[in-house]
Amino acid sequence: MHAEEKMTYEKWPAAPEKTTLEAKNKFIGFWLFLGGETTLFASLFATYLALKDKVPSTEAALAKDLFDLPLTFVATMLLLTSSLTSVYAMYHMKNFAFKKMMVWLGLTVLLGFGFLGTEVYEFSHYVHTYKHTFTSSAFGSAFYTLVGFHGAHVAFGLCWILSLMIRNSKRGLSLYNAPKFYVASLYWHFIDVVWVFIFTVVYLMGMVG
Amino acid sequence: MSTIAQKKGFGGTLWDFLTTVDHKKIAILYLIAGGFFFVVGGLEAVFIRIQLAVPNNDFVSAGAFNQIITMHGTTMIFLAAMPLLFAFMNAVMPLQIGARDVAFPFVNALGFWLFFFGGIFLNLSWFLGGAPDAGWTSYASLAIHSKGHGVDFYVLGLQIAGLGTLIGGINFLVTIINMRAPGMTYMRMPLFTWSTFVASAMILFAFPPLTVGLTLMMFDRLFGANFFEVAMGGNTVIWEHLFWIFGHPEVYILILPAFGIFSEIFAIFSRKRLFGYSSMVFATVLIGFLGFMVWAHHMFTTGLGPVANAIFAVATMAIGVPTGIKIFNWLFTMWGGSVKFTTPMYYAFGFIPSFVCGGVTGIMVATAAADYQYHDTYFVVAHFHYVIVGGVVLAILAATHLWWPKMFGTMLNETLGKITFWFFFIGFHLTFFIQHFLGLWGMPRRVFTYLPGQGFDASNMVSSIGAAFMSIGVLVLLYNIIMTQVKNVKVGNDPWGDGRTLEWAIPSPPPFYNFKQLPLVRGLDALWLEKMAGKKGMTPAEPLGDIHMPNASFIPFMISFGLFIAAFGAMYHKDYSWGLPVIILGLLVTFGSMFLRSIKDDHGFHIHKEDLVDDTEKGAKA
Ligand code: HEM
Ligand SMILES: [Cu+2]
Repeated sequence: MHAEEKMTYEKWPAAPEKTTLEAKNKFIGFWLFLGGETTLFASLFATYLALKDKVPSTEAALAKDLFDLPLTFVATMLLLTSSLTSVYAMYHMKNFAFKKMMVWLGLTVLLGFGFLGTEVYEFSHYVHTYKHTFTSSAFGSAFYTLVGFHGAHVAFGLCWILSLMIRNSKRGLSLYNAPKFYVASLYWHFIDVVWVFIFTVVYLMGMVG
Repeated sequence: MSTIAQKKGFGGTLWDFLTTVDHKKIAILYLIAGGFFFVVGGLEAVFIRIQLAVPNNDFVSAGAFNQIITMHGTTMIFLAAMPLLFAFMNAVMPLQIGARDVAFPFVNALGFWLFFFGGIFLNLSWFLGGAPDAGWTSYASLAIHSKGHGVDFYVLGLQIAGLGTLIGGINFLVTIINMRAPGMTYMRMPLFTWSTFVASAMILFAFPPLTVGLTLMMFDRLFGANFFEVAMGGNTVIWEHLFWIFGHPEVYILILPAFGIFSEIFAIFSRKRLFGYSSMVFATVLIGFLGFMVWAHHMFTTGLGPVANAIFAVATMAIGVPTGIKIFNWLFTMWGGSVKFTTPMYYAFGFIPSFVCGGVTGIMVATAAADYQYHDTYFVVAHFHYVIVGGVVLAILAATHLWWPKMFGTMLNETLGKITFWFFFIGFHLTFFIQHFLGLWGMPRRVFTYLPGQGFDASNMVSSIGAAFMSIGVLVLLYNIIMTQVKNVKVGNDPWGDGRTLEWAIPSPPPFYNFKQLPLVRGLDALWLEKMAGKKGMTPAEPLGDIHMPNASFIPFMISFGLFIAAFGAMYHKDYSWGLPVIILGLLVTFGSMFLRSIKDDHGFHIHKEDLVDDTEKGAKA
């Protein structure tokens, strides 16, 4: 099968994300890339744990003063749900249901923006209420770098999914773009998994002490 | 190529190389750029040795000396050794597995240009206020307080170059996983391909920690963060960990491909199957794995405590076991073989004792208690030069002679090749053997001069004379290269006559689609098997058909160039108001180019069957 071929429901293969050689390459390449990303975040987590609550003066806010469970809970729910909606999108992709896929992807993007919104609010809250900034202490630098790296990944993922949606809005699915959608959704899941760790290591462990 | 290639002028060739996505041309780009940086790093080494030749010398100032040693180490590791190995991986690995290109030709080009612009950026520091001066390890306690922009050049330049290496590694991995010719199982892959595979996997997991370390350093130096500011709660040991979690795997990323190169050479010129192939594969994988467990042996004197030191000491010594397996397998490959003393074989011969010396001192420095004595002395300098020069650089020189005909279609002169070898080999031992003793006698590393009468004078002079020998060797090699290309005598598929693997089954240099028909692989040393069965070449695994090829693209250049611009903005944003706009401009170029790439469909093109038949009739094979 050629990537450019016009597709129909009948012709659509069971695993459109890895039918052509290019797609197989993309599929494995992306998994490997995520392996590298895992080490990247592992390094950031290690740095954060080493610098947690390391502040220059006794007045500075510590993790247990900062974090607030309800807000983090909302952010977590938004992101976890967005992972679920992207699963639905991929389900429809595999069934050659382009419109439905677009709807679910649209929802994913909305939820993603919701998450970013809470994050922006959260950061500005820390800065204004607690004077906890990127430059105020080693703790601050490590916190904003770890959580901010994740936020930047979310923002990049949103731009990526959006440009895929816009670019392909009039073209429907093909074996050329199916792997692209699939890989973007893999990325999105990865971001979600990283968040689960951030939620546990930064927020839950932060509040316990 | 007859139907597709047309004559072009210099501009056409240049444009061709700026936009190429062909692994063989990218290999040539890596070879040229890596060779250039090798000469730059070599000149820096010569300056170091001139300064240290006599006591109390003032050939360069103390400050300049620090910059020179920093740039020497950084250049040699990141901009010379890595890219030169990448050159051979690109040139040979796809051929060895019977592929028409790598999995992601576009990414391959992007990797090269990122490395290239990162390297140029780093070296521009010489002209823009001074080079980095905190050592190639750039320990935070020094780097944070280094004045001027030197360390910023290091941080930003390596960040850009490191991204290139990372995506290059992923590309090689996918290529080997997905693009092997029919019959090319994992356990039939040539050892150079295997070592490329393991080294690429190591790159994938070793480079992200470096990325993080460099990012933290950049945030501290340029954006007011406090990761390494002790007064603000920071901790400089974090840098040491991140650097060595990258750094130790990095030395194996360098040495494994070197092992791969020598494995090929021993088999080819002993005209015998590599002894203990499967144990070689096993040892390679094991070294790759253990390479991640030993980083703290660089930090024995940091004060991690006796338990950590003991664990890391034992883990480090364990790596000696698979390495030993390899040494014996090479020796047994020669045993009973009919050995032919070509230039590559000279290097392979010289490599074994040299590398064993490095391995033995490796075990010595891995003994944590003893390392308190060796650490930061010339003993360590001798150790790592024995493994890096005696291993990696000898391999690179050997590979240059071995695969030159495959890359350029001409054969380097053997006599000149052997002259290069003798100068380089004798010079190498002259330079570094004595440094073991300098270290044991107490000469610290990274000092810009020493006082007379401490027993260091004569030994340092000997060491400097050795450096002169090595330089002569390199000059002879350059002369050899120029003369060979001027004479331009073309050679056939298998110029050494004893080729065993698939790259020797196709013309030198190969046509841009490599294999007209993918070959059928029947076992290890695929070509050798066919030769033994009395065949001329490989049996095709597919009928002649259209070949799908990727389009050339200028976008990789633009993506990398954008980061190059942005790096200037980031560096100067605190000094000048144009900094911020320049960051934004650079990132716009980068992300804009990426966006363009993603929205513009690129399906590549097909070479038609008829054109391929044409080629055969015109006798394009050699
Ligand atoms: C038998 C295997 C090896 C062992 C046991 C070993 C052990 C060590 C140890 C313990 C050190 C730290 C010494 C100190 O700073 O006090 C060291 C330094 C070093 N080793 Fe090795 N090594 C081995 C192989 C290699 C290889 C294959 C390479 C490179 C291709 C290499 C490159 C280096 C470098 C560059 C340094 C110095 C880093 C610096 O401080 O600037 N080593 N080695
Ligand atoms: Cu090491």
